[in-house]
Amino acid sequence: MYSFEPTEEQQSIIDTVRDFAKTEMRPKSMEADEKDSLPEGFLQKSWDLGLAVAAIPEAYGGSGIERSAITGALLAEELGYGDVAMGIATLVPALVAYPIVDYGTEEQKKKYLPLFTGSAFPKATAALVEPSMDFDATELTTTAKKRGAGYVLSGKKCLVPLGSSAELYLVFAREGGSGFENVQAFIVPRGAKGLSVSEKEKNMGVKALDTVRLTLEDVEVPADARLGGEKGIDFEKIMSFSRIALSALAVGVSRAALDHSVTYAKERTAFGEAIGQRQAVAFMIADMALEIDATRVLLWEAAWHLDKGEKGTQETYLTKMYADKIALKVTDNAVQVMGGHGYIRENPVEGWLRHARGFATFDGMALV
Amino acid sequence: MIDFEHHPVVAQTAMMINQMAASMMRPVAREMDEHEHEDPVAYINFMYDVMKSGAGGAAATQFTGGSRKKDQDPNAPKKPGFGNVLGAVSIEMMSWGDAGIYLATPVAGLGGAAVAAAGTEEQKERFLKRFNEGDPKWGAMAITEPGCGSDSAAITTTARLDGDHWVLNGHKIFVTSGKRAIKDSNGFVVVWATVDKSAGRAGIKSFVVEAGTPGMTLLGLEKKHGIRCSDTAQIVFENCRVPKDNLLGSAEVDLNKGFKGVMATFDATRPAVAASAIGIGRAALEFVKEELDKAGVKLRYGINPHKLTARERDVMEMEANLKAAWLLTLKAAWMSDNKKHNNLEASICKAKAGLAVTQLTQKAVELMGPLGYSRDILLEKWMRDAKINDIFEGTQQINMLIIARRILGYGREQLK
Repeated sequence: MYSFEPTEEQQSIIDTVRDFAKTEMRPKSMEADEKDSLPEGFLQKSWDLGLAVAAIPEAYGGSGIERSAITGALLAEELGYGDVAMGIATLVPALVAYPIVDYGTEEQKKKYLPLFTGSAFPKATAALVEPSMDFDATELTTTAKKRGAGYVLSGKKCLVPLGSSAELYLVFAREGGSGFENVQAFIVPRGAKGLSVSEKEKNMGVKALDTVRLTLEDVEVPADARLGGEKGIDFEKIMSFSRIALSALAVGVSRAALDHSVTYAKERTAFGEAIGQRQAVAFMIADMALEIDATRVLLWEAAWHLDKGEKGTQETYLTKMYADKIALKVTDNAVQVMGGHGYIRENPVEGWLRHARGFATFDGMALV
Repeated sequence: MIDFEHHPVVAQTAMMINQMAASMMRPVAREMDEHEHEDPVAYINFMYDVMKSGAGGAAATQFTGGSRKKDQDPNAPKKPGFGNVLGAVSIEMMSWGDAGIYLATPVAGLGGAAVAAAGTEEQKERFLKRFNEGDPKWGAMAITEPGCGSDSAAITTTARLDGDHWVLNGHKIFVTSGKRAIKDSNGFVVVWATVDKSAGRAGIKSFVVEAGTPGMTLLGLEKKHGIRCSDTAQIVFENCRVPKDNLLGSAEVDLNKGFKGVMATFDATRPAVAASAIGIGRAALEFVKEELDKAGVKLRYGINPHKLTARERDVMEMEANLKAAWLLTLKAAWMSDNKKHNNLEASICKAKAGLAVTQLTQKAVELMGPLGYSRDILLEKWMRDAKINDIFEGTQQINMLIIARRILGYGREQLK
């Protein structure tokens, strides 16, 4: 039966993350952005929340909480509200752990999942995006070709989150023609011959998040590096879960921008009254609120399709395009509401606009 | 638990209405559009019989809140119902059939909603019982006047107490189903009038005026851009006397509330209008997608959005906007069903749906080129029908104003 009410369990996750965002993310986000690095000890604190990969089955040492895209969406929205860079960083372990849970062979699960059930933040990440304006997840230019008993990987990747310190990369590569069905994932250790890891990228936003480029020059990996062995992965579905995570982060930062705009519009006076009392400003704010709600219901519904076991490509794709557009519009409005003050880095809104611009580019950088 | 699966009763009703809409509404949609002010007689009689029998009572029971069957223990706790969601789904489906004909459905309508929201048990019995018996009947609501629309607090129609009667004087326009309510059937119209002009909005009360009441005259019908099957009446009241207990709610002029009671009706009717808009939008979108499919145009979900054609992108934007509007509408309806205050959400869904569907249908005509512009198909009609949803039950701008006030925590004096 139709309902828009999270379960008690989900509500307690929301409350936990909201509190975490308030104490560990918000107060430190502007400094982290200026310093191009996450706050000291942040990754460990985010790991201690125990939420990013809570759905690893108990049989593999995880919490065994039911995997749910809706729960993931609720979690990621709160993280995005706190800080997008820190939010993505928090979810990075899921980029590797969940594809292993969903598609890994028994050996792969036994070998790699313990990385994600220990007490230290796991040093593993995934590489999908490629440094080209034509980047298209259905037509990757990074290729995987059979050679002998194993594979050889070639290509370039960018926006690999937490890539500097990672010791393990899940590299997405194309095996055949175009289409999701030809994309597979390969587990590549940091020291692999032919793999080079760049210096930290310098991005417009999410500056606190360390991202790197990878160059793969004939990187040879054994057959068992292919995630899922012969069966491989369902990349289309991984992309759907990724779109949920990213759209939810986008909703979160949009909500942050709205809240800030509301507060400012009620405090700032011009021509004898609060600027929020003028329709020109009030209507911008109303539109922001309306569209955030619109994006959230699209997000929840798309996530619901995934939770039913569907691929959800159409639903998550429409949601992600919508969320990208709204996050940009809402954060831009937030800068506009503050006028010149919005443009100054002493206020957080210009940073939110920089983050928001990234969502149309952030494919496969977060997963729930 | 967040869930988007309809209750089986809702799903089943939707299927029934779908069949009815396809067989009884679509086939006469163009004819009713070209012959304004005529009646879809077969549809009216069929719907009235269905609703009287209680078989498909979706339209009759819509927007009444939680469910509790009559024969149940009245003290039993009320289960969260799905009446409002059912109503929204029914209206969406009927409007997919035809929005103009849907508006001609013989129901208590907005007048009935006002009675249900503000009336006493005695009044509900006296005014609403008629919709379960005899010939088809309609209810209507008269708020707008030639000199005021959105600013409904500025109405000039007066109600003066004279012994056991209220005496109404004034001129009302844009009364949906006004003719059918007072001339074609033994229905009624709920009239907004001021009992004390100096009290401003607190002085505004609503009165039930039954068909045949002396002093109430049907002045004429409007010729409209769309929803031509829906009658839009002008009604004049000249020393029109109605019994004292036809006043809905309290006669007392309370400067603190007064107006809120009548405005609360909109929390239920705005999602209904949004649902109607969405039905039209879905009809147009389905048509466009079918035509594109016939022409071999595939929508490539999942690829880099930069590689989409302009046409693909347009259709995908239409899809996303329509779906967002629909989910917001169901959310507002679900809140009513669960006794959650939905004033904000009712305005949000109405504002979103009104604009989204107006733009969607306009784009749909454009996408189909000369085909879309032709009256041979229904697309241009859907565009004309859609536009009203951005206007009635609170214009886009009024709803944005309400949303802004709620989000910013302002009253009407702080944000005008």
